[in-house]
Amino acid sequence: MTASGIPVDRLPTEPRRVRADVGWWGMVLFCMTEATLFAYFLGSYFYLGVANPAWPPAGVPDPSLRLPLLMTLLLVSSSVVLVLGERRLARGQRAHYHLGTALTVLLGLGFLALQAAEYREKLAHGGPATSAYDSLFFTITGFHGTHVFVGLLLLTWTLARSLAGNIDPARPVAVKNASLYWHFVDAVWLVIFTCLYLSPRWY
Amino acid sequence: MSTAAESVRISDDAVLQRLTTLWRTPPTLLGWLATVDHKILGKRYIYTAFVFFFLGGVEAAVMRAQLARPEGQLLSPDAYNQLFTMHGVTMMFLFVQPVLSGFSFYLTPLLIGARELAYPRLNVFSYYAFLFAGLFIYASFLVGQAPNAGWFNYTPLSSVVANPGLNIDFYALGLLFLGIATTVGAINSIVTILALRAPGMSIDRMPLFLWSSLTISASIVFAMPALTVALIFLQLERHWGFVFFDVARGGSPLLWQHLFWVFGHPWVYIVFLPATGMLSMVIPTFCRRPMVGHTFVALATVVTGLVGFGVWVHHMFATGLPQLSMSFFGAASMTISIPSAVTIFAWLATMWFGRPVLTTAMLFALGFVAQFVIGGISGVMTAAIPFDWQATDTYFVVAHIHYVLAGGTVFGIFAALYYWYPKMYGTLLDERLGKVSFWLMFVGFNLGFFPMHLSGLLGMPRRVYSYAPGSGLAIFNLLSTIGSYVLAVGIVVTLWNAVRSRRRGVAAGPNPWGAGTLEWLTESPPAEYNFARIPAVSDLDPLWTNAVTAGASLDEDRLTPRTTPLDATPEDVVALPRNDVWPVAIALTLTLTVVALLAGWYWVSALATALTLLGLARWMWPSRARIGATQS
Repeated sequence: MTASGIPVDRLPTEPRRVRADVGWWGMVLFCMTEATLFAYFLGSYFYLGVANPAWPPAGVPDPSLRLPLLMTLLLVSSSVVLVLGERRLARGQRAHYHLGTALTVLLGLGFLALQAAEYREKLAHGGPATSAYDSLFFTITGFHGTHVFVGLLLLTWTLARSLAGNIDPARPVAVKNASLYWHFVDAVWLVIFTCLYLSPRWY
Repeated sequence: MSTAAESVRISDDAVLQRLTTLWRTPPTLLGWLATVDHKILGKRYIYTAFVFFFLGGVEAAVMRAQLARPEGQLLSPDAYNQLFTMHGVTMMFLFVQPVLSGFSFYLTPLLIGARELAYPRLNVFSYYAFLFAGLFIYASFLVGQAPNAGWFNYTPLSSVVANPGLNIDFYALGLLFLGIATTVGAINSIVTILALRAPGMSIDRMPLFLWSSLTISASIVFAMPALTVALIFLQLERHWGFVFFDVARGGSPLLWQHLFWVFGHPWVYIVFLPATGMLSMVIPTFCRRPMVGHTFVALATVVTGLVGFGVWVHHMFATGLPQLSMSFFGAASMTISIPSAVTIFAWLATMWFGRPVLTTAMLFALGFVAQFVIGGISGVMTAAIPFDWQATDTYFVVAHIHYVLAGGTVFGIFAALYYWYPKMYGTLLDERLGKVSFWLMFVGFNLGFFPMHLSGLLGMPRRVYSYAPGSGLAIFNLLSTIGSYVLAVGIVVTLWNAVRSRRRGVAAGPNPWGAGTLEWLTESPPAEYNFARIPAVSDLDPLWTNAVTAGASLDEDRLTPRTTPLDATPEDVVALPRNDVWPVAIALTLTLTVVALLAGWYWVSALATALTLLGLARWMWPSRARIGATQS
């Protein structure tokens, strides 16, 4: 004990379990800056929406909900599966964690396949160059699709690390970070789904 | 200073030897490339930024030569457009922000009693990404197509119809690249400040420079994406046929202006607040007393950062926005003067109640205060909408921005240089040369920029390459040119002083100014591991109040303690990564991505992106030996 009341001579010298790792805070901040990026995208969407007499412009139908609803279902369930797998890892059941992550990756791939199908339908009626509305639609959904792809890479990479025995089960920072990013990408999708697919039906 | 405090430098020889071996940078090319030492990288940031400062200064000098007399013939209108754009881009993005980052990355671990930043390898990446982005933007001069639509690059002037060359592509791709470096650097600062402070350095004992760093880093996290979005829109519209700004197909050029200024105004504070933080370190030291109103200044800093997000429309008063919107933003802009005034009065009170010592660093601080007050007043003037309609796009605004950013920030940077140079190099800068430099800069700056208020009020538009004889502008422009050259001479004197004093300067010792914060406990220059024993503090300005105790040596690995964000209670010890070349490789592949995008080789760009991802996967893959100790 010292005059300052801080037991500096008894600092913990062994790394131990803490609530949140230094690396985890980095991922939180990264997700925050990315969330802001999407906020500016959607802000631009509504800004031009207000500036135009009709939004989507005359002649462009409201986006169909058929595929996007299915896509939403896939992403939300993928997050649930991922959480279940991660909980098993905490209990030392690595095989369950591997299974959960692999299933999440499959569901994510399903999302991208459906998005490709949706794009094919849309492109048949004119691409992003048609109007500012179409440009924003493709830019926003395209950027989100890219984020899903990056999330899949991150999950696959974490899975590979775990299979190679390169994850410390007491400190699975990489696992936590990859999950956080994946849940973030899902949450962004829910906002995009609300703004781009649902909101045109409200006005 | 107590011996107890000094003992953070002392340990037995075997321990010091182990620490040196653990933390050192091998004197090889590989060592030079791979080093994660925040002190080496911080200096590199500062050197590189000063090279860009020189280039931006040359651009300004050529423009002032052109404007010295009416109808100057030195530059074509197109060359002038490229020069004023590059001057702005250089000073805003490649000098002021990076040099402040350099100081921040150098000082933050020392100020908080830590051994490194939270993400040492990310710091390597940010530095090289900044360097390569800067070189990329400057490569535009080699093909004679430098950016030419102003640093805020309004559409439709920057659209592919009006500007089909590579000029704008250099701007957009370069800034997208630089934005990545800036954002990850900001994240690094935030986590370092919140997680690695010395035991006992609770948030209310945190030096004011760190409050500035924390505020502006948070601003970067939330402001930078607006520029990113604007630049993505611009490039998609220029090269892929997308529509965002073209009115005929449902776009709006005002969308660019909104996005740019939602980023741009916070950016103005991002390049300004760190300088106020530096002043809040320099002034108490040379007034020989603690800062008056520490808490209020810390809060004023945070408030300025927050309100900075609510004033962007004042750059757009002349674009025909609704009256209500303009009134709101006009009022918000005037609000900014309140936290700024709190800071200034706290500085004045510190001087009033202290015993000021007029060192060169203190002179630069005083110059900052005087010039910033003038820039602040012209800022309040332009926040009044009717006045702004008269002054917008004239030299009055040029005078305003330079009083804040050159008279303010740059003088703050010079104060910081004179103050912390002894810490960085172990020798003092020459005070006599320093004072000569200060007076040349002070006189030159005011002679150069004060007349711009007048030429602006007389109606001289900014960004025009010439003016007519008989317009009454000649005398003011001649004064501006003479003043700016005197300013340049003053700057060169300091640079010469910095080069000369490295070998000829007086040895500084650990604490030449008798300052109160933790960085002055280390040797000058600090050892590779910063602190031989981890300090714990129990007061603000702990060196003045005997409030430092030396703790464990933590010499088993590259270790530094981790503490809780608010109370700084010890929580854990983190093992930090060793030197690594992968961050450099990633910066290179990203450069290749950007160059390929510029050239239109999209498959090369895709390949380089794939390489970047592979490199990242390798970078983040920890070696088995350090499992259990690494934090990645």
